[in-house]
Amino acid sequence: MTGAAKLLFITFTMVFTENYVLVQFLAICPFLGVSKKVDSSLGMSGAVIFVMTLASMVTWVIYKYVMIPLNITYLSTIIFILVIAALVQFVEIVLKKFIKPLYEALGVYLPLITTNCAVLAVTLLNISEEYTFLQSAVNGFSAGLGFGLALVLFSGVRMALKKAKPPKCFEGLPITLVAAALTSMTFMGFAGIAENLFK
Amino acid sequence: MKNKLKIFTNGLFKENPVLILLLGCCSVLAISVTVSGAIGMGLAMTFVLVCSNAVISLLRKVIPDKVRIPCFIVVIAAFVTLVQMVVEAYLPDLYESLGIFLALIVVNCIILGRAEMFASKNSLGDSVLDGLGMGIGYTLVIVAMAVVRELIGSGTLLGYRIIPEGYQIGILVQTPGGFLMFGIFMAVLIYVLGKHGKKFEPKIGCDGKCGACSENCRIRDVNETPAALKEQEVQS
Repeated sequence: MTGAAKLLFITFTMVFTENYVLVQFLAICPFLGVSKKVDSSLGMSGAVIFVMTLASMVTWVIYKYVMIPLNITYLSTIIFILVIAALVQFVEIVLKKFIKPLYEALGVYLPLITTNCAVLAVTLLNISEEYTFLQSAVNGFSAGLGFGLALVLFSGVRMALKKAKPPKCFEGLPITLVAAALTSMTFMGFAGIAENLFK
Repeated sequence: MKNKLKIFTNGLFKENPVLILLLGCCSVLAISVTVSGAIGMGLAMTFVLVCSNAVISLLRKVIPDKVRIPCFIVVIAAFVTLVQMVVEAYLPDLYESLGIFLALIVVNCIILGRAEMFASKNSLGDSVLDGLGMGIGYTLVIVAMAVVRELIGSGTLLGYRIIPEGYQIGILVQTPGGFLMFGIFMAVLIYVLGKHGKKFEPKIGCDGKCGACSENCRIRDVNETPAALKEQEVQS
């Protein structure tokens, strides 16, 4: 696959066929937690896309130019989580100081992201897939986009779910999980499309 | 002695990390496809929990309050890296089946939650017991789910065929099955608790500092985040 096609392929797989939330079971907790309202899920997705893209780029550079020369690649889990934690703090401070409107839109969600397992996962997968810098950035961006898509879709489902009347023992979280199962079933329909689309 | 036993059993039932505290659902949903993987994951998790609880409890007077979360994360990540290396070296099959989720134990809220809520406030012995109880509680749930999913979804148990081929409900070992099974487990729990006249009350497993974890985390409701509260104060 040539450069541009590969980038499109990555975007398509991360958003649809390999969607982090609905296919790969990453970031389930924020998925269930923040999807109660559409606007809060939009805010959360914005913050996740932002941090994932940045984290992908920063960790790639650190891996390539610090960890490989020092031969400490086995420490990637420790280093990446610290980088992500520091990055989230840093982004929060910068946004607060310089880009007020963006901070107001995303700020409250930023502290929630450090322990979002999808962010660590995307940085680790960039390395194990041996992506280039640009591919890593696109991968991070589209993984975040996929997370956002799942979150916004599901918050719509949850709004409709409010009107339903499930059996008593299914009320609350259990019926939400069943709805999540159905939502993820729709994403199974994308399986196999990407390979054939970008042959 | 009775007190110690209580700390241990707390994690098994009363405050089961997965079903009651609703922490760390990602790995439970993803790994409960095969029983062997689930056992491996449970053991890895228990090991990391016990070790990190022990170390954090020992360091609790040394770690400054303001930077405690990064310190906890470093301790946890160190043990996870250790487990990763051992599993990769000696159990390559398990390493393959756990995939990225082994590394993601670092951000599993059960561990950070216990460090924050228990180990940073209690003695070494109690913290180890708490870690052990929580780890075994996690293992019980993930293995129970794996038994049902593997048996119905692929007709095998630990790789041995129980149900003849062609009679499986394949969807259970795929992604939707994970959500569905977890939903059914919760529903059964609520039903059983209701039969005994008790109410299902999920508890908050952390101080809300990690924030990305459980469904009932109060900090999640945007209006109640510290930042939002501060803004409201400023406005009023």
